Amino acid sequence: MVTGKNPIEDSIFFTTLESIADVLRNNPVINTIKENTVTGDVVNWGRSSSLWPMTFGLACCAIEMIAAACSRYDLDRMGIVFRPSPRQSDVMVVAGTMTKKIAPAVKKLYDQMPEPRWVIAQGGCASAGGPYNTYSVVQGTDLVVPVDVYVPGCPPRPDALLFGFLQLMEKIKKENPYILDKRKIGVGK
Amino acid sequence: MPDTKDNIITTQEVTLHMGPQHPSTHGVLHLILDLQGERIINAEADIGYLHRGTEKLAENLFYHQFVPYTDRLDYMCAMTNNLAYVQAVEKLLDIEITERAKYIRVIASELSRIAGHLLGVGAWAVDLGAMTILLYAIRDREIVLDIFESLCGARMTLSYLRVGGVRYDFTDKVKEACNNLLEVLPKRLDEYETILTGNRIWIQRNKGVGVISGEEAVALGLSGPSLRASGVKWDIRKDEPYLVYDRVDFDVPVGENGDCFDRYLVRMAEMRQSMRIIKQCLRDMPEGPFNVDIPQIVPPKKPDVYSNMEALIHHFKYVSTGFKVPKGEVYSAIEAPKGELGVYIVSDGSEKPYRLKLRVPSFMNLQTVNHMSKGRYLADIVAIVSSLDPVFGECDK
Amino acid sequence: MTPVDRDELLIKKIQSAFRHDIIETTVFRGEVTHLIQMSALRSICTFLKTDPEIKMNFISDVVGVDYNTETPRFEVVYHFYSTSKKLRIRLKVKVNDGETVPSIAGIWHGADWPEREVYDMFGIVFEGHPNLKRIYLPEDFEGFPLRKEYPVRGYKDRYNPYGVEKE
Repeated sequence: MVTGKNPIEDSIFFTTLESIADVLRNNPVINTIKENTVTGDVVNWGRSSSLWPMTFGLACCAIEMIAAACSRYDLDRMGIVFRPSPRQSDVMVVAGTMTKKIAPAVKKLYDQMPEPRWVIAQGGCASAGGPYNTYSVVQGTDLVVPVDVYVPGCPPRPDALLFGFLQLMEKIKKENPYILDKRKIGVGK
Repeated sequence: MPDTKDNIITTQEVTLHMGPQHPSTHGVLHLILDLQGERIINAEADIGYLHRGTEKLAENLFYHQFVPYTDRLDYMCAMTNNLAYVQAVEKLLDIEITERAKYIRVIASELSRIAGHLLGVGAWAVDLGAMTILLYAIRDREIVLDIFESLCGARMTLSYLRVGGVRYDFTDKVKEACNNLLEVLPKRLDEYETILTGNRIWIQRNKGVGVISGEEAVALGLSGPSLRASGVKWDIRKDEPYLVYDRVDFDVPVGENGDCFDRYLVRMAEMRQSMRIIKQCLRDMPEGPFNVDIPQIVPPKKPDVYSNMEALIHHFKYVSTGFKVPKGEVYSAIEAPKGELGVYIVSDGSEKPYRLKLRVPSFMNLQTVNHMSKGRYLADIVAIVSSLDPVFGECDK
Repeated sequence: MTPVDRDELLIKKIQSAFRHDIIETTVFRGEVTHLIQMSALRSICTFLKTDPEIKMNFISDVVGVDYNTETPRFEVVYHFYSTSKKLRIRLKVKVNDGETVPSIAGIWHGADWPEREVYDMFGIVFEGHPNLKRIYLPEDFEGFPLRKEYPVRGYKDRYNPYGVEKE
């Protein structure tokens, strides 16, 4: 709390993420805005209209993902623009077979993505191991990261991936946009 | 300033990990680079991030069941993988497929080569910053994929070539689509060459980069267009002709300098040669059956299965018990878009292969990365890896 | 090249040069295979590469095969090709579990990775290999998956709930 007695203490209070979040959380004006359902819809509309997936291909499905982003299917018209860095993206398309060797890397990439973030498992392998029930393949993305949308196919056609994105948009529109506010943020919390 | 020993400022060596997630490593390649400043001292490729155990699976599957898995090896051009596998099985069975099937197979694998090279060049260009080429190449690749779709119903993982022939007939509609492609594509390729071949940036990023001499390349196991760019004229289609390659007239494009730019030129020229082959095959394709007449190894036609009792039983028997092949071992190699794709099968006389080994070009080609990139700048490694055009489904198996 | 010429070169010439080292020669579907003594592997390889008439300058592949009911248990198969003479030949050596095979990476540099692959999948050690370690699987992987006793689905762990239970 700001006491006004010790300026050094007060300045520390305003520079920690946790405390700024607390101020925002307890601000009555912001709370009134949040209680209005229209603003929630606007936030969700904004999030769903500019999904930025990460350029991250694992196997065959990645080629169909590229095809979906390129000339004929053109994901850009939906506001879906591929970003090469996990820091700038909010959707991870797990495109292809995930092996045990790459699973830690996928987890790390997922952890590097800022909230809110979503995952699409594209294809049979990413959904449940697909035709590769072997010693080196992870039997489904959900064993590594939580998945929002599963797109079946081997590999799914670009139209199917597009449909997966549309389903994700529908899903986002029904989410509580402020669910993350309740989570404590900050280092070590 | 020339690079003499005196004007290199000695700095501490840095080890840089590039990948496995990197937008321009063509998938899941992990390169461990030892750097002295901007220069690469040693490049070690760490592969296996897509190792799916295909060879182990093959030992537990019937011969006909393994065909779909071959699609997922080099997924940029599935037909050639099908071809390598079914040809090895046919060699083991010692059967000769029909004339029509031979022509269909050649057309299918050349279409695949075009699709693979288009995507290879497109991805290479986008890695070096020329986004336009990728969009153009994908546009034209879609035409090829449409042909595949009308041929067998799938876009990428086709399973079209089967032991004993092909799955469906080559209809007139497909023929028309092929002719359409042959009309459109030459102009489009000219377009790419206008953008790339004379482009100053493209030349600077590729010319003199990743040079490898023919002798070294052969010793390291490099094959395919990357080897031919080093001046070694070795093409399995010409030297050990299979199917009808000895009947069609085509040239083997060869480079001189063995650098990335030559590898690009060879790929572009190969696409034109592929079109020549397709044109001749469309002209010469005879009428007739597209499968051999051996019921044990060829399933009945799908419409018959729904209406005919014998066909249903035949289909059931084929799917559930497979077919036996003679005891022995064969190695059969074809010229895939990336290089020599060989299949080595050890058979113990049963319905399943005892051991199946895939000699994959991407794996052997990647060995040369260290040799090519030694002493080059860090930025060159992107061009070098792209010029080898590795596909990790194939490389890691 | 006619089959007669090929037999002359690939069978008779090699047999006359290495009479005591070749155990068996087979021709199946037009492919020549020599089963040789392991002690002579390097000298035969050097001969194949340097002989001006054969000149096998290209190594296609190195393959391991596991015959788990026989002794010696493993077979290492080499495929060579000559880009100038257009010839193919296959060499085989038998090796027991725990034995080492002389590496030929010094003769053909291209044998480096395939030999590592054989080591990775079968656990066959190549003596004199410059960098023998796992290539496909992670360093901490236990077992050699292409051995016949290794289950296809692998062993059960957090990423593979359908694997075989480990005793």
